[in-house]
Amino acid sequence: MSAILPPAERLWYKHPIDRVEGTWLAIALTWCMILFFMMVGWHIWGKQNLSTETYRTTAEQYMAKAQAATEKYQVRTETDQEIPVVAPPPGADVYLVARMWSFWPIIELEKDKTYRLHLSSLDYNHGFSLQPANINIQLVPGFEHVVTVTPNQSGTYGLVCNEYCGLGHHMMVSRLYVK
Amino acid sequence: MATVATTYRTCPRSGLQFERQAEWLIKAHAFMGVVWLLIGGLLALGVVLTRWPAVRWLEAPTFYQVLTAHGLDMLIFWIIFFEIAVLHFCSSTLLRCRIATPKLAWLGFVLMVVGSIVNNVAVYQGGSSVMMTSYVPMMAAPSFYLGIILFAVGALIGCGVFFGTLVVARREKTYEGSIPLVTFGAMTAAIIAVFTLLSGALIIVPAWLMSMGLMNVDPLIYRTVWWALGHSSQQINVATHVSVWYLVAAVVLGAKPMSERVSRMAFLLYILFLQLASAHHLLADPGVSTAWKVVNTSYFMYLAVLASMLHGLTVPGAMEVAQRQKGYTKGLFEWLRKAPWGNPVFAGVFISIIGFGFLGGITGVMMGTEQLNLIIHNTIYVPGHFHATVVVGTTLTFMALTFYLIPVLFKREMIAPKLAQWQPYLFGLSMYFFCLVMMGAGTLGVSRRHWDMAFQGAALAYEWPGAAYLMMGLVGIGGVAAIVGGAAFIYITVGSLLWGKKLDGGATSAQFTPVKRAAPAVVAEGYGSSGFAAPGTFVLAMVFLVSFVLYYFINWKYLSTLWGLS
Repeated sequence: MSAILPPAERLWYKHPIDRVEGTWLAIALTWCMILFFMMVGWHIWGKQNLSTETYRTTAEQYMAKAQAATEKYQVRTETDQEIPVVAPPPGADVYLVARMWSFWPIIELEKDKTYRLHLSSLDYNHGFSLQPANINIQLVPGFEHVVTVTPNQSGTYGLVCNEYCGLGHHMMVSRLYVK
Repeated sequence: MATVATTYRTCPRSGLQFERQAEWLIKAHAFMGVVWLLIGGLLALGVVLTRWPAVRWLEAPTFYQVLTAHGLDMLIFWIIFFEIAVLHFCSSTLLRCRIATPKLAWLGFVLMVVGSIVNNVAVYQGGSSVMMTSYVPMMAAPSFYLGIILFAVGALIGCGVFFGTLVVARREKTYEGSIPLVTFGAMTAAIIAVFTLLSGALIIVPAWLMSMGLMNVDPLIYRTVWWALGHSSQQINVATHVSVWYLVAAVVLGAKPMSERVSRMAFLLYILFLQLASAHHLLADPGVSTAWKVVNTSYFMYLAVLASMLHGLTVPGAMEVAQRQKGYTKGLFEWLRKAPWGNPVFAGVFISIIGFGFLGGITGVMMGTEQLNLIIHNTIYVPGHFHATVVVGTTLTFMALTFYLIPVLFKREMIAPKLAQWQPYLFGLSMYFFCLVMMGAGTLGVSRRHWDMAFQGAALAYEWPGAAYLMMGLVGIGGVAAIVGGAAFIYITVGSLLWGKKLDGGATSAQFTPVKRAAPAVVAEGYGSSGFAAPGTFVLAMVFLVSFVLYYFINWKYLSTLWGLS
């Protein structure tokens, strides 16, 4: 029962290492290094790395920019609430506003084209959960996050808020089109 | 040397010596822990029966309220109450030492009780359904934060008493040489707890002031510092339940650590690196640099993961060596087949080790990988993962320890021993299932903390695939089964305390008996095969590694098919 008794020799760091443990230590350490360098390596060779381009903003500032961009690229409206649908040209800056409990506007992108997608929240934390691709990004109020996206599949995507944002959280869902 | 008026009871069943003050403190903390487990378990019923799409029992506001309370009661109140009990046990009982400043220890206990009640009342009054994380600027009632602050101060006092007791034991020479491994592990937990609770104070106090309109807290700073509380507190659990694994291996099988050096170094790695895990929750956030994410999320090159992988080998390895010394040497796995599977203390711990490693560990590393986090962030995969670590890992281990403590500490014969035999299997395995299907649903994108996956009434509702609905239905079934297992635990524990046959407490004396060192280790080389003292465990470890590698790269493969993001 020595795990609950003081060790036989006082200097525990001089105890011998068993062969099983030594071998496993070497294997585990190697694996840990692979885990670490995969993350670094993906920044060099991988194509899915979340941008860290961020600006401090306020609800008013961000909404003003989003409104200007939306007016510029609006092509139609959808639903009874007449939510604008924007179809920006490739390479353009696209703004998505998250607030209790909706996303605004609806975005329409082209496949294999690259866009600068601006994300922010006007009130609480919200979530950007693009389905069924399952790409999930946190939306934090006061921060404008610019993510460069290149959609590689066309279709109608669901855009779900997956950060709890109050009692209407489960009503917060929108769409994103890729042509 | 000042003598303190106290007595020591030597338990005739275990040989453990309990100091009177410490004994009552351990009982009180463990009991309050179980009370919160009961409340949290009832709330869990509300959560799973609402997330089960075919049932959807509670209304949305009630659901969010119940979910908030479930998180707090389980993750914070149940576990930390029980952890303080474990700390007092590992210091006072294992070192046969009087407890330092017992009055202060009781003050800490009272603060924890008051704090947890104040916080829960705030949640049930409504207006504080902010989830456990209470991200600003969403605000709860001031008493919500005040309750957490009081509780944290109480827990901090508990840690202080633990350190004080270690000092007293050393000064009064209640043991020879170094402290035992289990106490060493508990000390790791207490050190991490101090860091955690101070981080908590650093952010919950400002949030409390904000809730009264006295200051403003930046949402991103809140998230960063809050997770130094939120994630590190889970690391207290890891350090504590790993210590309990060593404890149970020792008391049930007579196992001794394979090498003190490896096990203790692994605990030290926890102290050095575990706190970095705040980053795990910020990988999909704006405003945090890539280098910061990579270094922190990996606990600086995964050295804390290394520590867990070591414990994952050394605990079963020590069990194997002990079993082989008893003569169970046939083949690779006779030691495991002939293990005391009918003893819930052993069964609970073994199910916990396997589940924690395979379900909790592997998924934890996957989620904590900077880029892979994109495909699980805030999906129900996340609770799937942490139910594997916190419920299968910590709660199941604590349940097993409680079964051990009923006769030893509470001096009662366990009622319903047959039910107790089954309890770890029912609870542990249904929890395995529950975690797996939650992760399955999360892989399909289903959100966590969400009342209605059908988005009824929303104009632009998204239609989840049928498999997602199936998974969430299975989450409901697995969850209910686990709650039944939990109820069996509560029934056995509380029932034994109320109606169990009283057992002889053993002789008391005014003096402690100093703890002798362990006998010098017998050379283990004579057992096992090809120079491996624990070949069976090594094979299990390799199975673990292969599963880990496969699962890890499958996720990279999926990530590589997604939209380009830069």
